[in-house]
Amino acid sequence: MNQREVFITEVALRDGSHAVGHSYSIEQVKSVAQALDEANVPYIEVSHGDGLGGSSLQYGLSMTDEMELISAAVSVCKNSKVGVLLLPGIGTVEHLREAENLGARMARVATHVTEADVSKQHIEVAKKLGMETVGFLMMAHMVSTEKLVEQAKLMENYGADTVYVVDSAGALLPHQVKERIRALREHLTIKIGFHGHNNLSLAMANTLAAIEEGATMIDGSVRCLGAGAGNTQTEVLIAVLERMKIKTGIDLYKMMDLAEDVVAPLLDKPQEISKGSLVLGYAGVYSSFLLHANRAAKKFNVDSRNILVELGKRKVVGGQEDMIVDVARELAKK
Amino acid sequence: MPKLKVGIIGSGNIGSDLMLKLCRSTTLELTTMIGIDPKSEGLNRAKKLGIHVIENGIEGFLKNPDLAEILFDATSAKAHIHHADLLNKIGKKVIDLTPAALGPFVVPTVNLREHVDVKNVNMITCGGQATIPIVHAVNQICEVEYAEIVATIASRSAGPGTRANIDEFTVTTSKGIEQIGGAKKGKAIIILNPADPPIIMRDTVYCLVDGDMDEARVSQSIYDMVSKVQDYVPGYRLRSEPIIDGNKVTVFLEVEGAGDYLPNYSGNLDIMTSSAVKVAEELAKVQLSNKV
Repeated sequence: MNQREVFITEVALRDGSHAVGHSYSIEQVKSVAQALDEANVPYIEVSHGDGLGGSSLQYGLSMTDEMELISAAVSVCKNSKVGVLLLPGIGTVEHLREAENLGARMARVATHVTEADVSKQHIEVAKKLGMETVGFLMMAHMVSTEKLVEQAKLMENYGADTVYVVDSAGALLPHQVKERIRALREHLTIKIGFHGHNNLSLAMANTLAAIEEGATMIDGSVRCLGAGAGNTQTEVLIAVLERMKIKTGIDLYKMMDLAEDVVAPLLDKPQEISKGSLVLGYAGVYSSFLLHANRAAKKFNVDSRNILVELGKRKVVGGQEDMIVDVARELAKK
Repeated sequence: MPKLKVGIIGSGNIGSDLMLKLCRSTTLELTTMIGIDPKSEGLNRAKKLGIHVIENGIEGFLKNPDLAEILFDATSAKAHIHHADLLNKIGKKVIDLTPAALGPFVVPTVNLREHVDVKNVNMITCGGQATIPIVHAVNQICEVEYAEIVATIASRSAGPGTRANIDEFTVTTSKGIEQIGGAKKGKAIIILNPADPPIIMRDTVYCLVDGDMDEARVSQSIYDMVSKVQDYVPGYRLRSEPIIDGNKVTVFLEVEGAGDYLPNYSGNLDIMTSSAVKVAEELAKVQLSNKV
């Protein structure tokens, strides 16, 4: 096996949960995870789109219990580590313990970019359980680099092995990613990661900017199977990095095959930058709001773009899906 | 009418807000403010208001136990466990605003009278106080199979205690939705929003009910409940009419604080302190009438 220089986390089985309305089945997860394991992807994230405990009326109920999906993924992985996402306030340390017990080996603890201190309890428990632990600072476009560094340092102090800059809205521009990753490299001693969304067609450019500045933990989703317009397309990223002579240890042909033969059939239609997802990036709104906004737009007969732009103006953060109906209702009254 | 003497343990945000609310009570007389930091703003404010201040915590109160019959504990779950034991031994009633949950849960509009004789009652969480009345209101008309609440609060109104133990919020609130709200299964989510100016506390309640729903009766029950809560939390209101969709009821709420010690956006803290005062007033009425 080649030595890896960049470590890829495949998020289609977590972020992609948004795109398929949280409908993953055990068979689907097994077939995707097995193919990813065979392609030698180091990390595979499996959870409800909003992390452990996310199955809810607020975000959408999981068709299959995520713990069963985690078990299914673990059962077919020989080398890949299965990871889970947890948002404090939604999931709890009990969910984390349960997932670890089922074989999850990486915990990614996600907070809004200004609220890192709610992750202390969960990062510490994950470390105690012996899990590789990631602090995941979401909606990173909403604050200055100084604020981001301050919050990342908190997560470093709690014991995280890596801190991620998470562009949940797909709103960051390449020079902003560079600046953020560079500042984290300067001020932190732990690994730095980047998670992009392709709403402005910048996921690849942003990811390369991040790698250039020293990020070594990178998220992607095969076929862009993630919220909004999806994430950095993993199989494409592997090819690009190979051209750049950056080692990921992942088998490119196997990735291309699984993207085409295993993942593409999961999607009702190919992921593309629709006007809705474009507005997510443009207005700086959490990517998982897209399908909820489309539904609310239909129900209240308003333009989903107006809903998303208004949500952006109100500085709504990840998890506030209930605001979508509220705003749609208000717009309909006007 | 004679007033019942009460004291507050904890001079942080909640303790200080309680202090200002208790000064207005017609049934309770705030005699004592108990803290551990002589320099705290809360204790200084108490001194200015002419309230007896104890600076060495619960130990100081135990030397002067006649100062208060009911104590509000606005410290932390850990400290409360210590306080509860000591106060129980000397026969004081305690209203617990921490997530310790040693005593039974109380929501004033739902089960206040059931626990007037209990030594220690727990106020659940801010999200619980805001949303459990609604779950209960729906459950009175048709059985609630599942209730889920989402509380969104301004980052600035979430203190270090809440932040370090955010799981306590979700776990305790879920239990309250089931035990007091009456839902067969409960779930709670909390979101911190850092927007500036800070947002007013918002709560969304989703209920899935069993069988056919009499929409008019469900809505009426919710309206009635909101007006009952407004009696002691004036800034508690519906953001829209209840939305009923098949077997799902969605209720959007907003809680604006009274702006006593904490700014108006902190409806989350205001509903806790207002509910606690309401509970103490009810206990006081019983206690005072027993004495007669």
